Amino acid sequence: MSAVSTPNAPAFVAKTKGGRITNFVDERVGGSGMLREFGRKVFPDHWSFMFGEVALYSFVILLLSGTFLTFFFDPSMAETRYQGSYMPLKNVEMSVAYSSSLDISFDVRGGLFMRQVHHWSALLFVASVSVHMLRVFFTGAFRKPREMNWVVGSVLLILSMAAGFTGYSLPDDLLSGNGLRIIDGVIKSIPVIGTYISFFLFGGEFPGTMVIGRLYMLHILLVPALILLMIVMHLFMVVVHKHTQYPGPGRNDGNVVGYPLGPVYAAKAGGFFFIVFGVVALMAGFFTINPIWNYGPYDPSPVSAGTQPDWYIGFVDGALRLMPGTIGNWSVEQVWFGQVFSFNVLVPALVPAGILFTVMFMYPWIERWITKDDREHHVLDRPRNAPTRTAIGMAGFVWYCVMWAAAGSDLIATHFHVSLNDVTYWLRTLFFIGPIIAFVVTKRIALALQRKDREIALHGRETGRIVRLPHGEFIEVHAPLDEYKRYKLVGFESPSPLPAEPNANGVVDKKEKRRAKLSQWFFEDRVAPATPAELEAAHGHGAHEAIESGETQKTLSR
Amino acid sequence: MGNHSDGSPNHSGTVATAGQNEVEKFQDPGLPPHRLRLADTDPKAAKRAERQVALLFGTSVVGTLIFLVAYFAIDLGDGTGIATVRLQNMLLGLGTAFAMLGIGTGIVHWAKALMPDHEVSEERHAIRTEEDRQAAVRIVDDIAEETGIKRRPLIRNTLLGAVALAPLPALAIFGDLGPRPDDALKHTMWAPQDGKLKRLARDPDGTPIKAADVTIGSAFHVIPEGLNELHEHKLEEKAKAVVLLMRLNPESLNPSPGREDWAYNGIVAYSKICTHVGCPVALYEQQTHHLLCPCHQSTFDLTQECKVIFGPASRPLPQLPIAVDSEGYLVATSDFKEPVGPSYWERDEHERSINA
Repeated sequence: MSAVSTPNAPAFVAKTKGGRITNFVDERVGGSGMLREFGRKVFPDHWSFMFGEVALYSFVILLLSGTFLTFFFDPSMAETRYQGSYMPLKNVEMSVAYSSSLDISFDVRGGLFMRQVHHWSALLFVASVSVHMLRVFFTGAFRKPREMNWVVGSVLLILSMAAGFTGYSLPDDLLSGNGLRIIDGVIKSIPVIGTYISFFLFGGEFPGTMVIGRLYMLHILLVPALILLMIVMHLFMVVVHKHTQYPGPGRNDGNVVGYPLGPVYAAKAGGFFFIVFGVVALMAGFFTINPIWNYGPYDPSPVSAGTQPDWYIGFVDGALRLMPGTIGNWSVEQVWFGQVFSFNVLVPALVPAGILFTVMFMYPWIERWITKDDREHHVLDRPRNAPTRTAIGMAGFVWYCVMWAAAGSDLIATHFHVSLNDVTYWLRTLFFIGPIIAFVVTKRIALALQRKDREIALHGRETGRIVRLPHGEFIEVHAPLDEYKRYKLVGFESPSPLPAEPNANGVVDKKEKRRAKLSQWFFEDRVAPATPAELEAAHGHGAHEAIESGETQKTLSR
Repeated sequence: MGNHSDGSPNHSGTVATAGQNEVEKFQDPGLPPHRLRLADTDPKAAKRAERQVALLFGTSVVGTLIFLVAYFAIDLGDGTGIATVRLQNMLLGLGTAFAMLGIGTGIVHWAKALMPDHEVSEERHAIRTEEDRQAAVRIVDDIAEETGIKRRPLIRNTLLGAVALAPLPALAIFGDLGPRPDDALKHTMWAPQDGKLKRLARDPDGTPIKAADVTIGSAFHVIPEGLNELHEHKLEEKAKAVVLLMRLNPESLNPSPGREDWAYNGIVAYSKICTHVGCPVALYEQQTHHLLCPCHQSTFDLTQECKVIFGPASRPLPQLPIAVDSEGYLVATSDFKEPVGPSYWERDEHERSINA
């Protein structure tokens, strides 16, 4: 590899300063190929694509503010007497961790601000990851070829909750200490090894003197490193796949329509970082979050009423509250063969979260198996155009929300002056029937919206202009859509159920029959997109028959 | 399957869309015509947008100044009240918000109003080519062939065995994260020490409680005498030993056989640690004689020996047998007759050995 530039070949000299810098870098690392590839890469634009960006940016803010906090925080559980400037706690016995958290709040200038920025952006991080996942689910963006990225995203959701929880416990205040107490109780309910895990985590009996230091290490090293790794994988796959786009005229599975990365998309996305930071700063400046000085140091004896975990742990806490410990005189906790099985703790702590996450991880494959759809999808579904998927998603979402609301059952009771027991009974009922109601209602709404789309595509939009015809009849004038707007309403695919097919041996096996049943369930209720023939008919006769016939097209291809 | 897509989009190998192509569909009209913005046609509008962007960037500068002034001008020394801290926090937040939002909204406005807003269409390339796929499969096969792993099962099996066992030391090395639980959860500080019964003391100051001080309807948060003087494991002991002391009308207590002498004159003591997941059962409803855990709302009925009447707990709160010593102070006649707090795998074993 010698003589890159020979005297015979005059070196390239760029005309502009920017060109010279680019050339300098290029000659050393060969970046021009990359720049050519990515500099003008096209990204589709839609407001709902920003949730993922919010997640990424709040993570960056977490890294920045978190680094600041580590300079002042001391994760020791050694006992000390507070000597800082917050008078009400002067001389109170507490752990060094709590004392240094108070120092950050009251004696480090800007420390309270950084703590609040950190906590608010942590809440925002988990929230934006969750909302981003909902967007991806409801638009079908998890379909081939993006299944693996969906899994990476799901792992990120779990990691973001882990990061949140490990951080929440660090200040060693009364509230977070009680949170750890609950974790200890849940761990102890694990059969066979629970007691050991508890002793190993806390370095002995609860609360011990080790757990804050250990959580601190997880919080500032292991979990963020894993999150970073997952983010890199996530974004790498986004580049490989290119971004999905919403359906519309000129958009199909073979192209990407949007703005080039440089300058518009980069400017918008880059500017958006500052906006997210600004909003977090505004919240941190004006809204107190986690006022640890009000709670006092951890002490196993006191607890305040109406305590709440951070929002993302709420659904597990709510499930713990919903589970009855005794049914009549029958105790849910059982002693079998002389050993304790605490089903009243184990079941709510593991089962709902287990079901939610298992279905979440597997959903792309479940749907793929039911639909036998092995094509690549780069154009998103409008949620209404996939009624059953949307209904499944809403059922899961409502189930989550019922558990989440249960975490505030005591607050619901006190705020609305209703009996706490009644709130619990209602939520227990909703735990079972809520998802079913959500499924049915969502599916009906989606189908109704599809019919509405058909109606508009065929007859145009209502203008609000009432016209009287010569023979006395009043009609509202409908304005026909232009072809671009119409295409948005008709340019989707409405698959019909796929009957059971024989396998290679010519046999329709049981699994395939089950699949066919599910396919029937998935696709039987459908509204076919309007066709040019129907539009013709609608215009030709000015009548409504065409829609009616389309609506009732319940294709049962068996 | 017979259903392998070669990876190229739009190449449907499935039947999921059967019937779709038979019906005539609307044709894609292509991208809608580009509409010019005001700033594209009117130089004045463009100039105005330019000034707006500059103004937003200017706002950011103001925000930075607010931050710096708030940081340096407000001093947090000894004796500053929480109001000063709040004020500084608010100004720092306001400054940062202006600084960041100014830049952010400025850039976005610039991009939206002045940068080209032509949406362009770009081809998607197949993620992989069929040629690559074939080559890759061949390479994998060749590599597997060259290692001979299929032909030499002895190597394969011993390797699998070795790899399966190798992580065990990595697990074992965490064995010293904590001590073995053994009997630690079985006992609390209430066990009489050197034949001397432990007095019930007030939480947190540790002064002993006289039976005469406990009026009907009152409740005390109780710790064992001597807890505050412990030099180590104070919180661990406290986490097991805290007790709620209440006095009811003796008639409303219904002690079961064997527990008749666990109360004194209507005064009863129960573990404060919830049998669900260990929160302190801190709320005493004096009228109904219910104890309520604020964490998950387990409710215990004092008149039925703290039986669970609502919520996720499964077991009654353990009762501490109490009596009065010669000086009139309340004492625990023994440790709890069962382990306190949340259930654990060995709990029942421990309970049986306590009562054996």
